[in-house]
Amino acid sequence: MESFQQIILTLKQYWAERGCVIQEPYDTEVGAGTMCPETFLRVLGPDPYRVAYVQPSRRPADGRYGDNPNRLYKHSQLQVILKPAPADVIELYLGSLEAIGIDLSKHDLKLEEDNWEAPTLGAWGIGWQVMLDGLEISQFTYFQQCGGIDLDLVPAELTYGLERLTAFLQVKDSVYDIEWAPGYSYGDVRYKDELQYSVYNFEMADTGMLWKLFDLHEGEATRLIHLYDPKAEDKKRFPLLPAYDQVLKCSNLFNTLDARGAISVTERVGVIQRVRKMAVAVAAAWADQQAPPQAQAAVEVAQ
Amino acid sequence: MSIPFLLEIGTEEIPDWMIPTALENLRLSFEKLDLPHDSVRLDATPRRLVLRAEGLPERQADSEERVLGPAKSAPPQALAGFVRKQGIDASELKVEATPKGEYYVYVKKAPGRFTKDILAEALPGIILGLYFPKTMYWTGKGGPRFIRPIRWIVALLGEEIIPFELAGVRSGALTSGHRRLGAREIAVTTADYEQRLRDHGVILSAEERRNLILSKTAGMRLKADPALLETLVYLTECPGVIQGNFDPQFLELPEEVLITVMRHHQKYFSLEDAEGKLAPAFAAVMNIASDPEGFVQRGNERVLRARFNDARFFWDSDQKKPLRDRKADLANVTFQAKLGSYLLKTERMMKLAAELGGDEHAVRAAELCKCDLTTELVKEFTELQGVVGGLYARVQGEAEPVWQAIYDQYKPESMEDALPRNRTAQIVSLADKLDTLRGCFGVGMIPTGSRDPFALRRAAQGVVRILIEGRFELPLLDLLGADEPLRAFFEERIRYYFKDIRGFQYDEVNACMAAGWSNLVDLEARLERVRALRATPDFEPLAAAFKRIANILRQAELGAVGTISEALLEEGPERELYLEFRKISGQPIENVISRLRPKVDLFFDKVLVNAPDPVVRQNRLTLLQTLLAEFSTIADFSEIVTNS
Repeated sequence: MESFQQIILTLKQYWAERGCVIQEPYDTEVGAGTMCPETFLRVLGPDPYRVAYVQPSRRPADGRYGDNPNRLYKHSQLQVILKPAPADVIELYLGSLEAIGIDLSKHDLKLEEDNWEAPTLGAWGIGWQVMLDGLEISQFTYFQQCGGIDLDLVPAELTYGLERLTAFLQVKDSVYDIEWAPGYSYGDVRYKDELQYSVYNFEMADTGMLWKLFDLHEGEATRLIHLYDPKAEDKKRFPLLPAYDQVLKCSNLFNTLDARGAISVTERVGVIQRVRKMAVAVAAAWADQQAPPQAQAAVEVAQ
Repeated sequence: MSIPFLLEIGTEEIPDWMIPTALENLRLSFEKLDLPHDSVRLDATPRRLVLRAEGLPERQADSEERVLGPAKSAPPQALAGFVRKQGIDASELKVEATPKGEYYVYVKKAPGRFTKDILAEALPGIILGLYFPKTMYWTGKGGPRFIRPIRWIVALLGEEIIPFELAGVRSGALTSGHRRLGAREIAVTTADYEQRLRDHGVILSAEERRNLILSKTAGMRLKADPALLETLVYLTECPGVIQGNFDPQFLELPEEVLITVMRHHQKYFSLEDAEGKLAPAFAAVMNIASDPEGFVQRGNERVLRARFNDARFFWDSDQKKPLRDRKADLANVTFQAKLGSYLLKTERMMKLAAELGGDEHAVRAAELCKCDLTTELVKEFTELQGVVGGLYARVQGEAEPVWQAIYDQYKPESMEDALPRNRTAQIVSLADKLDTLRGCFGVGMIPTGSRDPFALRRAAQGVVRILIEGRFELPLLDLLGADEPLRAFFEERIRYYFKDIRGFQYDEVNACMAAGWSNLVDLEARLERVRALRATPDFEPLAAAFKRIANILRQAELGAVGTISEALLEEGPERELYLEFRKISGQPIENVISRLRPKVDLFFDKVLVNAPDPVVRQNRLTLLQTLLAEFSTIADFSEIVTNS
């Protein structure tokens, strides 16, 4: 039986051998691996890229005080981006499952239609949920749009739910019982996080303070976005990555406020719009900033 | 020579529900090519759309085209020009006698094109032209669009490859087997194609996969579910079946919840015991033939156990806060951005339920019916909204009509679906739908074409069915208010209902609706009467006469109905019509039609409506107007299309 960490190491090794940059988790809170700049910004523009990383993903509303065997405030996604998607991308994915010891000739694997959409990111794609013996183990998406922009190269995004996958392999009914490393269960490592963040998110978070933070981060993101000048000579040094961090902060604050029940009916749609507006603006600026010089010349002529 | 044709579009997994339509479109596109052939067969799995035809010719028949040249008498330059333009020698021309004289004619012979060339040219367009509800691009921006990436194409005419390229894929003679039971590249011919696929774990025929699933589930007491069966047929290339079991303790949960988890979330068939009750077992269809080591069975059982545990957890924790204590929480659930929360909707619905004649049970049900939107179980299984509320209300001691009304509030969800089961439930359903319709139209959210995100058509259709089939004599127009687009929307739904569902003629519907459609029960009764009347021999002529009267009155631009002056009536047909009318006035038209018709016919035969004396004319018009008004309360007969 392979441990949680061994499965992660094996998958990273597998994707490293297939040309992926192995990144470490992004150091700002995110709700999903897709939101990391390594995905959200890298999928824009004409440059090929392959990357894989494990991203702890925070979903405040999914917290269950460590009581529910299948639901977590913070779960771990293995995120793989292959840009552009190679013709054998599904085969590569299936190979990764075999690498962690799943004999696919003895299991039932189905790709069931499931198109992905993230309104706050202006992003959507076409794809499947991957079902293994009735369990959804991965999301497979061909990105079509990100930040409201049609993508030049279509990337494949593979997202593995690592806890589920490990529970499947280790035949465990509760995520807390999986072996993280020899001698350590998942519960040993993560139970405290689940309990304390649930208490904070549902009971103790100071909503007034969270709103203030939201406004501050939004203000900073907006200030930067307005300062970006596509015609500037030195625009390559403009801090769009830090601007995007501010957007991520806002997104996580929104999720926390939402879990706390602090966002009223009338506010909710509006707040989602505010986050989306920032994300889309950063994406547009980023696409401009990273475009090769010829393409920029063409843009100027067109204008 | 007659040759077989094979086209296989190899793709990544196509959504199951789109496949049958795509195949039908493929057939139509092929037939449009007008290539002679003996037979066509279409097949598909999730990863391939296949068209096979037998008996194609190697090439099309030769054709001849006659190109008329200059007259023989024309100057030589004309002939030289014609010959140059056609790129031929003058010796290839014939001279033909025509009515206008002798002319040069060039009989242009075109050899029939090779079928292979026609297909090579047409197939890329046919493939990319197949309609799918949602397509993607994958080779890069501006690239071809299809439902999922195309990874290989087999295109064979006899032994030859029909050469073309599509989305970077060259057509060839290599197919691909089952993802794990077959090889990735398999050489095929038109003759061995299906067998080669079978050898590599793919059963090409949907019919065969269907029968296989049915035979493998034969001994299992399956709850029949044809829609799920079709889904599974097109979700697998090599279907196998396992039976799994679950802890009988879960049977304490409502059957609705268990079946939803199994069917919608896991795509399992549920099983029954000998008495027809839900058994603690399920059948899952897998994409491999068998499960000798039990991996698939155990895996699915664990997934289901986790799902049921979740459901039980939600069921138990939801009970801690009964529905009646959840009403205030509805303030935090958006109904629609411009229309505010479900709390506001609830308050409107309670008022409306009372206005519709609902008793205290109806008002109570309206008050509680949206509260299940705040429960964990509904958040998890949204398709169970309403049902879950009803189940909670039952265990929380609400009166039977109340919980049943909550349970049935979304019914009828389709034309085939049953109405809510009792009066209270019907009123609550009406209140919900009418409120949604009034609200959405009020803020300009009007369905257009295929865009109907709030399913307003379904809601309106539900209202129509409940009013008519539930025999509610309510003034629909008053309920809709002065909203013209909403009235027009309902008019269209009512027309559709009576015409397409109930089978009335369109002119009968037009005629009866023209006489009013606010009371739908009354409208239905009038339609039945008109349908019965129509079968009588006097009906059509009378309807034609009414139409004539309506035209005359329209031209005369008569105002309000005046009084008939008996003294001004001419002896003969006019007075006779009047006297007959006096006798039959107030009686149903069915009883008098045979007496009225000859009088009307005679009137039009003998009497000049446009009498020279304006006073007489006016009186005559008034007579006709009164007659028409008398019988127009059932229908506007001038709308009936007659043969005469």
